[in-house]
Amino acid sequence: MVHDPFKQASSARTLSAPPSANDYMKDIVFRAFAYFCASAIILLVVYIVFEIGSEALPAIKTHGLGFITGTTWDANKGEFGVLPEIWGTLYSALIALVIGGVFGVGIAIFLTQSFVHAKLELVFRTTIELLAAIPSVVYGLWGIYVLIPLLRPGALWLHETFDWVPLFSTELSGPGLAPAALVLAIMILPTVAAISVDAFKRIPYRVKEAAYGMGATKWEVILKVMLPTASSGILAGLVLGFGRALGETMALAMLIGNVNNISFSLFSPANTLASLLASTFPEAGDIEVQALMYAALVLLVITFIVNVAGLAIQQYTMRKFEGKK
Amino acid sequence: MTSLSDTGEFIAKKYEPKGPVVLDCQVNNIYYGDFRAVRDSHIPIEKNKVTGFIGPSGCGKSTVLRSMNRMNDLIDSFRFDGSIQYHSNDIYGKKIDPVVVRRYIGMVFQLPNPFSMSIYDNVAFGLRLNGYKGDEEEMVVKALKRAAIWDDVKDKLKNSGLSLSGGQQQRLCIARAIATEPDVLLMDEPCSALDPIATRQVEELMVELKEHYSVALVTHNMQQATRVADVTAFLGVDISKGGRTGYLVEMDDTHKIFEDPQQKLTQQYIRGEFS
Ligand SMILES: Nc1ncnc2c1ncn2[C@@H]1O[C@H](COP(=O)(O)OP(=O)(O)OP(=O)(O)O)[C@@H](O)[C@H]1O
Ligand SMILES: [Mg+2]
Repeated sequence: MVHDPFKQASSARTLSAPPSANDYMKDIVFRAFAYFCASAIILLVVYIVFEIGSEALPAIKTHGLGFITGTTWDANKGEFGVLPEIWGTLYSALIALVIGGVFGVGIAIFLTQSFVHAKLELVFRTTIELLAAIPSVVYGLWGIYVLIPLLRPGALWLHETFDWVPLFSTELSGPGLAPAALVLAIMILPTVAAISVDAFKRIPYRVKEAAYGMGATKWEVILKVMLPTASSGILAGLVLGFGRALGETMALAMLIGNVNNISFSLFSPANTLASLLASTFPEAGDIEVQALMYAALVLLVITFIVNVAGLAIQQYTMRKFEGKK
Repeated sequence: MTSLSDTGEFIAKKYEPKGPVVLDCQVNNIYYGDFRAVRDSHIPIEKNKVTGFIGPSGCGKSTVLRSMNRMNDLIDSFRFDGSIQYHSNDIYGKKIDPVVVRRYIGMVFQLPNPFSMSIYDNVAFGLRLNGYKGDEEEMVVKALKRAAIWDDVKDKLKNSGLSLSGGQQQRLCIARAIATEPDVLLMDEPCSALDPIATRQVEELMVELKEHYSVALVTHNMQQATRVADVTAFLGVDISKGGRTGYLVEMDDTHKIFEDPQQKLTQQYIRGEFS
């Protein structure tokens, strides 16, 4: 029986009634279901980390932290180090984040701040979302057959003219960081754009009205009011995009060159953790597989740190701009 | 333009301003798409006076007010037919940029709408926009004091404007609007979210502002209109032809409107009688 001391006491004509026992039952069932789903996800993550960790344990014992600072990967000599891969993963993802972020946010501004008619906006949005549906192998092929030849002349010119700039210090001889990062940028663009669009759309109309009411021009409204207001949402998009770029495998394995190499040059070949895993696994022996598991663990940790840092920045902007505790 | 005589629609007796007029607002028609929201109203806003707008909900008070600094240009379906003379320029003229109009004619909205930035930045926003070169902090503090919010926020100027209560947010928005000392200030029910004390303070602000500037005030509070408005415009709604078109019924000195209204509709509205 539902506890309701008010029904008797209140005026006889009131239509107010407590929720029925059935309503409470539904509430309890739904709650249990939600808890179950949430804890299942956490359990799954813990299980994956545990599995990878135990597979990697022998490698961790043998190589220790030297694994992270080592720069050679040679299964024959039993020497394993992933510093170049860590570098390549972060560097390529960062370049992709900058390019994809600028374009993604730019597109979001273009689509939400009444630059285009609503119908045209839908066309743009759908097209951008289509980019997310293209398999990464296709991006890889496109990169090899279209992007690399396209980049070559420009890369050559940049290298010859500005070879004292570290970014352009080598020649683009085929696969390399630049094509890989550009393809990554295209791949994270839909994520960044879609989430930023939502962030802009969530801004109440009256905020925009207030900004125009102060006599701000369109660009002042966008840069000084809309962008800060949407910033926590945009950041969420950037973090997701960055995470995606860190873990992207197929297209990178095809485009980055898979060479253990630490260089600032955009045109030199490099390697990433995910691409190392993909390209080495098929022919790896037991010892090497353990080392690869260790590499996978490193990638997991990097992704985890990036997400936590992103969350912290997001919380900070929320507090700063929106006054949320 | 629909001529008045052939449609037989009521048109208010012209109000003859006694002093100089800062905004001479001649509305022929205001449309939202096919919906005719306001018709035939001549409402001059006099310099150094508070002009009050009263009338039933939906009669187009906000619509007229928002036409006066071209706020409604943001709405695609909005169409203004008429003219608003401001210092002998039609603000709806072809060469006039609405952005410039809004720098001189400020606005306080019906609902509080602070920016997601600090309290200080909210108030400094207009100053920075207008390239103010003087002591920014002094102006911010002055605006906050005049808007009767200083005591509430003086210890937390760095906090977000959104962390304030509804009434505090509204006063912050008033501070933001007056910081640049706009020539004309349009206020759309600025006190509807305020307690009686803050309301009084904002009313005092309006009286103080009119010494140098001009104020147009929409209010549902009759006492407020009698307390601060020098001139009052009463807008009614015409439902005779199926639509709900607002129009000016009567405009005159406030005491005249409240003590000796000439129109039956005005009398009924002020006394709270409805058919
Ligand atoms: N953006 C809009 N699009 C379409 N119609 C609108 C829009 N804004 C207002 N209207 C219509 O115009 C008429 C006048 O609205 P307005 O907001 O000016 O009334 P008001 O007198 O300010 O009312 P209140 O006292 O309730 O604020 C109403 O019938 C309303 O439905
Ligand atoms: Mg209104």
